[in-house]
Order: sequence, then C-alpha cells, then structure tokens
Amino acid sequence: MAVDTPVDSFDDLRDLYQEVILDRGRKPRYGQRLEAFDATAKGDNPMCGDRVQVWVKYAEDGRIAATGFDARGCAISIASADLMAETVQGRDKSDTRALFAAFREMARTGVCPHCEAGLADPMQKLAPLSGVHDYPSRVKCATLPWHALIAALDGTKEASSE
Amino acid sequence: MSKPATFDVARIRQDFPILTQTVRGKPLVFLDSAASAQKPRVVIDAMRNAMETQYANIHRGLHWMSERTTEAYEAVRDAIAVLMNASDRHEIVLTQSVTGSLNLMAHSYGRGVLQPGQAVVISGMEHHSNIVPWQMLRDERGIELRVAPITDAGELDLAGFEALFADGKVGLVSITHMSNVLGSVTPAERIVQIAHAHGAKVLFDGSQAVVHRRIDVQALGCDFYAWTGHKLYGPTGIGVLWGRRELLERMPPFLGGGDMISSVSYEKSTWAEVPHKFEAGTPPILEGIGLKAAIDYVQSIGYDAIAEHERALVDRALAKLSAIEGVTIIGRAQDRGGVVSFTLDKAHAHDVATLLDRQGIAVRAGHHCAEPLMRRLNLDSTARASFGIYTTLEEIDVLADALTRVREFFK
Ligand SMILES: Cc1ncc(COP(=O)(O)O)c(C=O)c1O
Repeated sequence: MAVDTPVDSFDDLRDLYQEVILDRGRKPRYGQRLEAFDATAKGDNPMCGDRVQVWVKYAEDGRIAATGFDARGCAISIASADLMAETVQGRDKSDTRALFAAFREMARTGVCPHCEAGLADPMQKLAPLSGVHDYPSRVKCATLPWHALIAALDGTKEASSE
Repeated sequence: MSKPATFDVARIRQDFPILTQTVRGKPLVFLDSAASAQKPRVVIDAMRNAMETQYANIHRGLHWMSERTTEAYEAVRDAIAVLMNASDRHEIVLTQSVTGSLNLMAHSYGRGVLQPGQAVVISGMEHHSNIVPWQMLRDERGIELRVAPITDAGELDLAGFEALFADGKVGLVSITHMSNVLGSVTPAERIVQIAHAHGAKVLFDGSQAVVHRRIDVQALGCDFYAWTGHKLYGPTGIGVLWGRRELLERMPPFLGGGDMISSVSYEKSTWAEVPHKFEAGTPPILEGIGLKAAIDYVQSIGYDAIAEHERALVDRALAKLSAIEGVTIIGRAQDRGGVVSFTLDKAHAHDVATLLDRQGIAVRAGHHCAEPLMRRLNLDSTARASFGIYTTLEEIDVLADALTRVREFFK
C-alpha cells in the first residue's frame, strides 16, 4: 500500500537551507541603509570575504526602533542579518545582547539550553539558522551581522567575526 | 615512463586509500586537489615504515639508524633534481613549504643581493604567499614592488609585463607558473627571455605547475623555482627551492641554527655549503622520505600521461559547466592546468560549496588566498574545482549534475 507523501527532490539540501533562508537571502526585508540613524558599524570576515554594515535608530526610550543593513556575502549571512533586524526591533541594548548570546550558542551547538524563557519567541524566529552548527566554517556567516550590530550598540566602528 | 594509453584511472584510484571514503552518505568526489592533494599508499607506507624501522635524527648521528635515515632523507634531493632536471643536487634547498621558499628568497635574495631602489615584479594573479613577503621587503628596504597586469581572460599581459622593465630597475621577477585560481599557465620561456634581456633574475612559484606538467629548469632557463610537497601527493611540511648554484652561493643564510653552520664560536660563525646553509635545524625528515615516495610515484605514471588525462578533465569540465545556465567560468586562458573556477548567478560561492558538500562533492570557495586577483576580476569569491591524477570524467559529470540542482534550488 503506497502512501502518497509530497516528494521534495531537494530534501537532502534543505537542512541548512530552509525556505525562510532562501527567501530572506534572496529578498531581505531590512536590507537597506537607514536614512536617519544613531549608530552604525561594519563587520568583516577576512577568512571568507563576507562584509556587512548595520545601521540602528533608537526610540526615545533607548530601545531599537529600526535596523537596516547592507551585506555582501552568502545566503546564510544575508538571511541572518535580515532575521536579526526583525527580532531586535523594540529591544533595549541589554536585551539585544542577551538575544545575541543565545543565538550564538544555538549557531554553535544547534540547541539553546540556557535560553531564557523570555527569549523563546525571537529564538523561534531565528531557529531556521540553527542548522549552521553542522558546518563550523559557516557559523561565522550567521554571527557576523550580530557582531556588527553589537559593535554599533557599543559605539565601536568595526567588528570582526570571532 | 608509461605511455598515455596505459593510464588507468581505476588502477590509480586503488593507490589512494582515502578515495573509498563516503561523505554524508555519498561516495567522496574530491575536487579540491589544488588546495592539497590526497596521498597514495606508497607515501603513507614510506613514512610509517621509516618511523617503525629506522627513525633517528640525521646528519649528526654516527649510528646505524641515523645513517640509514640520512640516506633515505637525502635521496629526496636526488629525486627532486631529476624531477626538475636540475644539473646539481646541491641546488635543491629543502624548506617547510613554498611559503618557506618564497620567504627565504625575500629575506636572503631580497635583503642580501637586491639593493634599495631596485624593483621586484610579481603578477596580478599571485597567491598571497608570493605577494606578502615582497611587500614586507618593500616596506623594510625600499625595494619597489611592481605588479604585471593580466588580461580579462586571465593571461599575463606580456606587453604590460615588459613595460615594467623600461627604467632598468627590476632586479627580480617572482611570478606564478600556474594560477591556483584561474588555472592559467604563464609563458615561462618568454618571461625568462624578457627578464634576462633586462638583467633581471626569475623565480617561479611552481606550486600548481609542478603537479600538472614536467618542469625542466634548464630548458626554462630560469634562476629559481619553488614548489610545495603536499600538492604533489606528498606530505605537508616540506617545500622546495631550486636555485642556480652561483646565485645560492651569493645569498646570505636566512634562518640561523644547527646544521647550517660550518663552525661556531661566540666571535664568529661560518656557514655550511649550499644547500645546507639554508637548512637550519632538524629538517622535515619524515616528510622528505614521504616526498621521495610521491615523486617516484608520479614519475612511474609519467607527466605525459598525467597531462593528457588532465587535458581531458579540463575539457570536459569547461564544456559541462559552461553549459549550465547561470554558470560563468572565471579564467579563459589558452594554456591551462587542472583548475576551474566558476561563479553561479543566483548563489554565493560559499552556498554553492556547502550545497555541493551535501552531495558528497568537495570544492573550494572563497578568495583562494588571492584577494588582489579577486578585486581585479570584480569578484568577492569563486567556487573552484581542481583535479588530480585520480579524478575521473564521471566525477566531472557528477559535479555538473549537482551544480544544476543547486541552480534549480536557488531559482
Ligand atoms: C600558486 C600557489 N602558491 C603558493 C601556495 C602556498 O602553498 P603552501 O601553503 O604549501 O606554502 C599555494 C597553495 O596554497 C599555491 O597554489
């Protein structure tokens, strides 16, 4: 008795490149420079040549009101920058740092055992990137935009991935 | 030397134990030999055997083990001399890699023979290891660094090259014999003619070239020739610098230490004869023994057969890959070796490499240690497939099919 299951001929390629990543990598929603911004920083991964610049605008209360980026790199790094821009919206600096710490752990290990309950929602959104942990050389692609963002929050001009 | 007709890739593959491995559940398709080649059983055995039966330090022991090991190690010098058609085994300097050879040249020839105000010429398609040592020399010694232009096809622009000699300042040309990114083979004889006509010496970085064709330093007429063992099916940790004896003799030592001296006192030390003057410290003994086995192996197959096999691989790769929509071959030199770089319109080279890896295919992606060349080509990175004697035509087809899938996937 044959059961009809939808066949995806790209099954073997999808563990890292889920639809979200392909889509965001191709058409990022936050992939532009902000006209008005309060902070900006560049990130550079000299090993692979990936480059990103991040712009941040704060709200009155110091929370992130808007984020934009310009990235040259692979689908992973662009998708990661785009999901980052979306998930940090409305967060203050320490919140954003905590989210980065959790994300970095997930990118390196595939799981996030220490993720605070309060981060469950954004981490859910970032979860499609967890597949990079299987590809140690690609982890930096996913974390580079975050390094640039944190550098912008810290008021430094440049970040390099680990 | 075996004839091309006897070249049997299936038999050759049996000599490389690693090729039976699977990657991510697929048979390994290893297309990254230009980064480092796999090792045949004879190399593995030679090194293991030396460790199990006769290992000792060399050139200094008076005991049986040391003498046997010294003989085995020194045999690599003879094998290299024959391989490159050097007339004198003393012209073969052993280093730790081609990077070591090029740094030796920049230090010893650059600081000891070249004079401030003179210039060194490299080309626009060098590996970082043939750029950075000369840059360091420039900044320290006021020796100018000139870069010969390349054409859009990825060939040396000979007119532009020759123009660099007009003021008579060029003392040395240090240039690739084959690009590790584009596969282009440079016109070595013409380079030597032009340089010599202007009184400059020529050093080739033959790291890629020596893998793909017979090198005859006397026929080339060059002055120095450097390469690295691990790309020629030998172990890591050993490199070669061949130089004309009278030039090596004029050069001061680079590193100081044991083995490179004739006598040492606190007031003054004197140097050993070439090549030992340049070989300070315990050398890469096991690596030398391994490289000797690798050279014997290559010689037993013969460069005629190797070159013919490779020609077929490159032709197939160029035909198959350029037929895939969205693929652009980077580098269209007429004379080329077994390296093919390409880009895909919808996907970054890193994504391409990862998705090929998912399908069991190893290629390299990135700037290939040639950032200035990438800039010249207006690219951040390329994917690169490179071939060895064990590469099959079927593997090229597997690559083409897999790449077609990647393109579909990214559509
Ligand atoms: C043309 C060329 N030059 C130099 C090198 C450096 O070789 P190694 O790292 O063994 O010194 C390479 C290999 O990476 C190469 O392809």
